[in-house]
Amino acid sequence: MSQTVNDRRPSSLQGATLPKWSPYAIAAGSIALGLGISAAAGLDSKIQWGLMAAVFFVAASYGIAAKVEGKRQAKDRVATSLVWVAFLLAVIPLVSLIWETVKRGVKVLDVYFLTHSMGLVTDTEPGGGIYHAILGTLEQVGIATVISVPIGILTAIYLVEYGRGRLAQAVTFFVDVMTGIPSIVAGLFVLSFWIIILDMGYSGFAGAMALTILMLPVIVRSTEEMLKLVPNELREASLALGVPKWRTITKVVLPTSIGGITTGVMLAIARITGETAPVLLLVWGSTFINTDPFDGPQASLPMYIYQQYANSGGSGAAYDRAWAAALTLIAFVMILNLAARGIARWKAPKTGR
Amino acid sequence: MAKRIDVSGLSAYYSSFRAIEDISMAIEPRSVTAFIGPSGCGKSTFLRTLNRMHEVTPGGRVEGKVMLDDENLYGAGIDPVSVRREVGMVFQRPNPFPTMSVFDNVAAGLRLNGSYKKSELGDIVEKSLKGANLWNEVKDRLNKPGSGLSGGQQQRLCIARAIAVEPKVLLMDEPCSALDPISTLAIEDLIGELKERFTIVIVTHNMQQAARVSDRTAFFNLSAVGQPGKLIEIDDTERIFSNPSVQATEDYISGRFG
Repeated sequence: MSQTVNDRRPSSLQGATLPKWSPYAIAAGSIALGLGISAAAGLDSKIQWGLMAAVFFVAASYGIAAKVEGKRQAKDRVATSLVWVAFLLAVIPLVSLIWETVKRGVKVLDVYFLTHSMGLVTDTEPGGGIYHAILGTLEQVGIATVISVPIGILTAIYLVEYGRGRLAQAVTFFVDVMTGIPSIVAGLFVLSFWIIILDMGYSGFAGAMALTILMLPVIVRSTEEMLKLVPNELREASLALGVPKWRTITKVVLPTSIGGITTGVMLAIARITGETAPVLLLVWGSTFINTDPFDGPQASLPMYIYQQYANSGGSGAAYDRAWAAALTLIAFVMILNLAARGIARWKAPKTGR
Repeated sequence: MAKRIDVSGLSAYYSSFRAIEDISMAIEPRSVTAFIGPSGCGKSTFLRTLNRMHEVTPGGRVEGKVMLDDENLYGAGIDPVSVRREVGMVFQRPNPFPTMSVFDNVAAGLRLNGSYKKSELGDIVEKSLKGANLWNEVKDRLNKPGSGLSGGQQQRLCIARAIAVEPKVLLMDEPCSALDPISTLAIEDLIGELKERFTIVIVTHNMQQAARVSDRTAFFNLSAVGQPGKLIEIDDTERIFSNPSVQATEDYISGRFG
């Protein structure tokens, strides 16, 4: 079919093109076809007609474009439609997750919920709140961040700016290994070392140590990548001015990459904020407000969600609280991400005139 | 303030590869010395040995002597950081610090070295920018980012940054190769002015440029790919371009090879 197009206009650079609205029309047609077939065949699944529509969409894009525009454009359209289908498939679970969490979470989410602990409210009764869990999460994540950010950034600086030979290779290898440590293993490690061998009690700090183990490799990796992006010419320009290496790093290399490093740190924080397993093992959980992360059990948001679900014997009030806590957790992580983007944009090297 | 450079028996290595071999030459103060030669013959490597930037490259190593007046740059106990304060450098591609304003870029050398009086900083920046013929173009936008300038302005900003720390020698590694003819002319004029105060060494691929700006010219060559580069001859620019003493120089200049 494509040959006919070529034959029709052998010397022209212009070819027939589909109108701009054609992808939408093809999409609408495919969805209609998918719905029609599933209705006719009596399929009650909500997923099957969508998948069928996706297949029809890709196939129809190719067929129609091949007929009208030629083979090369048809391939282009297939690639475009595949990207769109993949995008939609990725967005559907995300949107439905947020939708579900918001819908169920807002039921009990109010100022009272955010500013009160569970106290003596039993898990099956309505009432209570997550103040103690928010406090615990902030403290545990805060301590983990304070420990791992300096160590992680300094490690990355060593690897990029100084590291040569065996030691650097070993550090890189162990950072890679650490990236793959399951969170429960990090928790068990701290449990056996800190609580069983050293005989310390459950505390927010013990949880923070496990979170540090999880956070460190993420920070090292992302900072390393950001430092590698700093052009060597800038380092040389600074060195050629007679600036010592350490000042070159602190005054030229780090400011140039600070936006990216901040983003990496924020993403690492977002990652560990949702960790449940090590917190479950090491912080133990509590229904009371415990402001001291170094002494006694604390709560945390992910653990609160788990306990409301697991210990309540199916009570509706507990489920509502779990959803509200989940919404709070998602909002917290989202705010961190937005903050990271803001800082990255604010600190990015400026090019304007 | 300009200083004389005397190089003797200098070889430079990248790990085990010898990039330049046994170079000896004298570079006169208050003059412009141009290095010409085909790509890969070690001009830039040699230039970078003159302020100990060569060893910044992993595996970079130097043998031989570079005397700056009466001090051997590769002698025992010499601090490369202090050497680089005496011998400044301008690179092929303009590389202003992207996080800094025009003012901060020029002040960077002084600020980062910590060797300045706050009250003098403004004057030094103005003097350096005037020295680089950039003052009139940027005096109203000193607080704008340095990377917002045009390529030619950025390169002059880099020159201003280099001369702000008052070096004795200024090394330029193909400073005009990324610039248009008008910016090139501006920088060549500037080189003519700067040589009153500094010893200038410039690497260039543009033979006309070498002929226009330099007092003496050194021709480098390599016998084959993978062989170390060597200094073929150094002489007054006029003589190199009219009546060189080595046949290879004449062949290169007249475009018969390389």
